Amino acid sequence: MKGILDIFTIVAVAAGAFFFLAGTVGLLRFPDTFTRLHALTKADNLGLGLVVIGLLPQMDGVMAGLKLILVWLMVLLASATVSQLIARAVRRSGSGP
Amino acid sequence: MTEFLLGASAFVLLTVAAGLVCILRGPDDVDRMMSVQLFGTAGIAALLLLGAAIGAAAVVDLALILAVLAAFAALAFVKAGVRPGADQAEPEDRA
Repeated sequence: MKGILDIFTIVAVAAGAFFFLAGTVGLLRFPDTFTRLHALTKADNLGLGLVVIGLLPQMDGVMAGLKLILVWLMVLLASATVSQLIARAVRRSGSGP
Repeated sequence: MTEFLLGASAFVLLTVAAGLVCILRGPDDVDRMMSVQLFGTAGIAALLLLGAAIGAAAVVDLALILAVLAAFAALAFVKAGVRPGADQAEPEDRA
């Protein structure tokens, strides 16, 4: 059982790390501000979610796991709000397409 | 398992370090701010991985604080960039 959970952790954390890499590449390579914002907010939150899911079997106790999920939900909420605000600020400033 | 988690933490930190290049070259202030947002999210992931690797439960609290602070940093940036009263000025054109 321990082995299966460890394999699950390795797969999920590796997938999460891949999405962080994808987010960074998108931030560096995409042509304009809105596409960069798109790459950043989606890929990062997915990566963090996969890392959290992967770490859940390694936690001792239900409360520790719930706290991890709480961190992820907090980041999701903040990131969704902030990406909308940044996109609106860019459009107001007139530098967007 | 500890070695794998430490390695994953280091990998995430390295990708963030690559993303910080965006702060140097811009081209816009918004892009710099997005790079900082990336640093916030990925820093949280690296912290969680590190905490699970060395078995320090308090690191999760640190990650929560970082999540809140990253949100406030971006909010301050947006508020500073917007003219006062811009919310009431012209109705948005939904093209």
